[in-house]
Amino acid sequence: MRKGTRLTAAVATATAVALLATSCGSDSGGGGGGDSTVRASWGDPQNPLEPANTNEVQGGKVMDMIFRGLKRYNPETAAAEDALAESIETDDQQNFTIKIKQGWTFSDGTEVTADSFVDAWNYGANIENNQINSYFFQFIDGYADVHPEDEGAEPTADTMSGLEVVDEHTFTVRLTEPFSLWPDTLGYAAYSPLPRSFFDDHDAWLEKPVGNGPYMIDSYSRSQSMSLVGYEDYSGDDAAQNDGVELRVYTDNNTAYTDLQAGNLDVIDDIPASQLNNADADLGDRYINQPAGIIQTVSFPLYDDNWSGDDMVKVRQGLSMAINREEITGKIFADTRTPATDFTSPVLEEAGGYEPDLCGDICSYDPERAKEMIDDAGGLPGGSVTLTSNVDTGSHRQWMDAACNSINNALGDTGACTVNPVPTFADFRNQVTSDSMTGMFRSGWQMDYPLIQNFLQPLYYTDASSNDSGYSSEEFDDLVNRANSADDEDEAIDLFKQAQQVLVDDMPVIPLWYQNGTAGHSERVSDVRLNPFSVPVYTDITVS
Amino acid sequence: MPEPNRPDTPLDAQGAALDEAVVTRGEPGRARSLSSDAWHDLRRNPVFVISALLILFLLLIAIWPSSIASRDPLYCQLSRSLEGPAPGHWFGFDTQGCDVYTRVVYGARASIAVGVCATLGVALLGTVVGGLAGFFGGFWDALLSRTTDVFFAVPLVLGAIVFLSMIQLSGIWPVVLVIAALGWPQIARIARGAVITAKQNDYVQAARALGASNSRILLRHILPNAVAPVIVMATIMLGTIIALEATLSFLGVGLRPPTVSWGVDISSASDGMQFRNAPHILLYPAAALSLCVLAFIMMGDAVRDALDPKLR
Amino acid sequence: MGRYVIRRLLQMIPVFIGATFLIFLMVYALGDPVTGLFGDRAPDAATAARLRAEFNLDKPVWQQYLLYMGNIFTGDFGTAFNGRPVTELLAQAIPISFRLMLVAIVFEIVLGIVLGVVTGLRRGKAADTSVLMATLVVIAIPTFVLGTTLQFFLGVKLGWINPAVSPAAPFDELLVPGIILALVSLAYVTRLTRTSIVENARADYVRTAVAKGLPRRRVTTRHLLRNSLIPVVTYLGADIGTLMAGAIVTERIFNIQGVGYQLYEGILRQNSPTVVGFVVVLVLIFLVANLLVDLLYAVLDPRIRYA
Repeated sequence: MRKGTRLTAAVATATAVALLATSCGSDSGGGGGGDSTVRASWGDPQNPLEPANTNEVQGGKVMDMIFRGLKRYNPETAAAEDALAESIETDDQQNFTIKIKQGWTFSDGTEVTADSFVDAWNYGANIENNQINSYFFQFIDGYADVHPEDEGAEPTADTMSGLEVVDEHTFTVRLTEPFSLWPDTLGYAAYSPLPRSFFDDHDAWLEKPVGNGPYMIDSYSRSQSMSLVGYEDYSGDDAAQNDGVELRVYTDNNTAYTDLQAGNLDVIDDIPASQLNNADADLGDRYINQPAGIIQTVSFPLYDDNWSGDDMVKVRQGLSMAINREEITGKIFADTRTPATDFTSPVLEEAGGYEPDLCGDICSYDPERAKEMIDDAGGLPGGSVTLTSNVDTGSHRQWMDAACNSINNALGDTGACTVNPVPTFADFRNQVTSDSMTGMFRSGWQMDYPLIQNFLQPLYYTDASSNDSGYSSEEFDDLVNRANSADDEDEAIDLFKQAQQVLVDDMPVIPLWYQNGTAGHSERVSDVRLNPFSVPVYTDITVS
Repeated sequence: MPEPNRPDTPLDAQGAALDEAVVTRGEPGRARSLSSDAWHDLRRNPVFVISALLILFLLLIAIWPSSIASRDPLYCQLSRSLEGPAPGHWFGFDTQGCDVYTRVVYGARASIAVGVCATLGVALLGTVVGGLAGFFGGFWDALLSRTTDVFFAVPLVLGAIVFLSMIQLSGIWPVVLVIAALGWPQIARIARGAVITAKQNDYVQAARALGASNSRILLRHILPNAVAPVIVMATIMLGTIIALEATLSFLGVGLRPPTVSWGVDISSASDGMQFRNAPHILLYPAAALSLCVLAFIMMGDAVRDALDPKLR
Repeated sequence: MGRYVIRRLLQMIPVFIGATFLIFLMVYALGDPVTGLFGDRAPDAATAARLRAEFNLDKPVWQQYLLYMGNIFTGDFGTAFNGRPVTELLAQAIPISFRLMLVAIVFEIVLGIVLGVVTGLRRGKAADTSVLMATLVVIAIPTFVLGTTLQFFLGVKLGWINPAVSPAAPFDELLVPGIILALVSLAYVTRLTRTSIVENARADYVRTAVAKGLPRRRVTTRHLLRNSLIPVVTYLGADIGTLMAGAIVTERIFNIQGVGYQLYEGILRQNSPTVVGFVVVLVLIFLVANLLVDLLYAVLDPRIRYA
């Protein structure tokens, strides 16, 4: 025994000494470039960093820092405001004349011209470049020539006929059909201008992308970190208020959160679900929890006969009423979600088409009526229902369990709803896009641009790209068509709101909750906030 | 039938000084087979008796959970999420507001079934492959050992996802199967090493000289002397396998609801970092798992002692 | 001996081919990875088809495998979906995981064997019981909980370490992660050592050594321990690969982009070049480690010979 104790003590001492040695050397490891550099959390982008090839938040962060497009969404109000656009004019909602501001430069010194846009858009649309976001250009005339729809077909043109350069700072765009809100979509990263160097030496550009935004990339080591510094000759009015930003890749946000607590990190966005309950206590007023343009829903496979009957509307509405959104957002999400009452997002604000009471009773918890409605309609198809989602990304397991428990309690049957986990996101998406779901499945939407159109058309229009439930309604499609060709925005928004009412009546998906953006920051920095895309507004952050 | 060639004579007192465990000596004068010797020793070993009672208790719970828990483990009220112990709910509530006590009791069945079956599978497969490789050597060793290496190389996550999404079975068997299929290489290595060592012993050479068949040498002389490390590995592995089952569930390929298991409860408690605020939701299922592993480690120890002729 | 080693080295070739084909087939069985690249949006058929062609996913699996193997021999291990060459990922991840594995294995060897000897010689005493209890804790409490708790106390409360390991991942920063990684294996090593010690404590040669009047310490280290190490060494040899490939939880906790992380990402994103590339390297490590262990048998037990 005595020998054992001595040995253990010796090991413990050795460990402690080694740990102390570690701590002495560790301080020099931190810190970015200058003194007022912001150290922020980052995730490894899934695709190479190109504007038209970035479809997720982590790559989007960088795009937002190093690029400015024709429009920019106001970080506070989400309104689309002119950035590089001097003017965008149209008479028929189909032909647009775009004038860009003079004097803007890329951080390699070259000027931003009409060509910078037209070339970039043609590149993004061309099928030979395998850009994941090409579909953003689908409204432009000539898209079908550079991006044929059929598998294996070769493009018949290099450029889209709908784009024409008039002079150095003017170009025209012809759309395939009227789209009144189209100018407001131009704040999306895919529409960014690109410098000549992008086309001349593509590989070198990817190593260290060059843009025209408030920051420029100082150094980039893939999968590890990116150091950005303020671009001195930036022409916009949102120049960086700090020396730069050091983005550090964390494979797990829990570690980023712990690093923030330890003082090694200044800004973390997207606080891990597991820490939400602690964030208030740990961070106090340095914890940020504000609405973002994300809505979570549960879809039904309307292509399945079991779910498409007329009676099934009542069952779907009944299931919606069986889910206790208040309790789940409170207990599981620590109030970082808000129970949904329509199909859009509060960041649109009521002027933009968000309607707080649209769904009414159908989206409120009422277990008795829920059971009544489902029983009246003949019960759940097959007596039970599954809730399917991938479980490798996000923390979906807990809310799915909670939603199923809520349904089970309402129906008084612990076997009514069961969770069906799918191992990988790719597998899940394969099942969804091949229409092989048989029960409820997770769906959600993070807006591309803050327009009501973006929350409705891609998701519920017949055969739209993200219409996972296979919903099809002539009435809805008609209202969307009319909205897109409306003469002014107010009229368009009004028509979209009517289209939304159709969704409540048909309930192809159950709106669950609006997702907030969450963030936390250190005492070293202030003025941290999130834009409606739940990305920190890095330019505004000040370092004390 | 008496062993013609027992190599180890009963021990003197010198060796006993190194060992303080309770050792029951075989009564002198009567020759018995190894297994009846072992059983005779075991019955008198309190460590064995205690562990056997513990395992019996766990098995009873696994078979009739309703005998000591009256609630439905799937009935959860989110409004009571993470609440601490209350009258009638002595272990408190978990994140989903389910009764922790009920879930611990009902979790025994799947956890013990998966743990015990998969461990047995791993141990048997590993011992057979490793034992044959070590005993025969040469070509067979090369073939079996290199096959082991190939299986070693399969990442568990990959193997589990592929196998479990292909086998469209429900219940515990696919999980048992996949764990056994991917877990045996380690035991095989250990068994092979132990057999190679045991093969060198004088009594093996003697048995061979006396013309004993391969199978007799392997089963009667080598296996009892090589089984100790396998037992040790298996008893610890039992615990890791019960925990591993939860990993599979978290990948979406393990046990599915409505099956309740300790592993799933432990890992959902740790996944949500909820253990920082409500340690009870981690503590109780973890304690149940520990108790189960403890029982099997103790039993493994006792069995090993009983099988070791040198301790007599 | 020399011939034995050469024969073993030659056996690597079939293992190499078998393992790569098996893994390749398994990743293929996961399904089509391209849909996942498009996020929550149905892929447009034309772009998806081009991406499949780019990664050879449009060909039959045996052809994909042959193309891949052909490239491997020219040093091209393919690219991950984010455009990075797999060789680059390997060069980044392998050294880090190797260092992490070294820390863990040294810890296992030193502490595991010491604890094993102590508990083996003092069975049933307090030290033995406490180690057994610690073993139960390590088995029943997930590594994630132990790791994050230790990280929180050392990194946040005491400020002794950085919670996240820097990209360079020097040895000193890997100390705590290595200890966390070693815990479960430590339980195995300790109990394997303990059992061997208990077994051999009564062997003839130990009694002879004691009878000769050798000091106890010398009996323990020279005679008892040496002969008890075969199962332990076997375990450690097999554990090298597991520690390198299976450190996913530890790597996540401490933000280390090692082999475990890359493999896991590769599997979840169904990228066969990444998965096969890493498994190839792991297989080589397994084979070499196992060969060394087999050679060590002869050192530890002189009766064992290799032809």
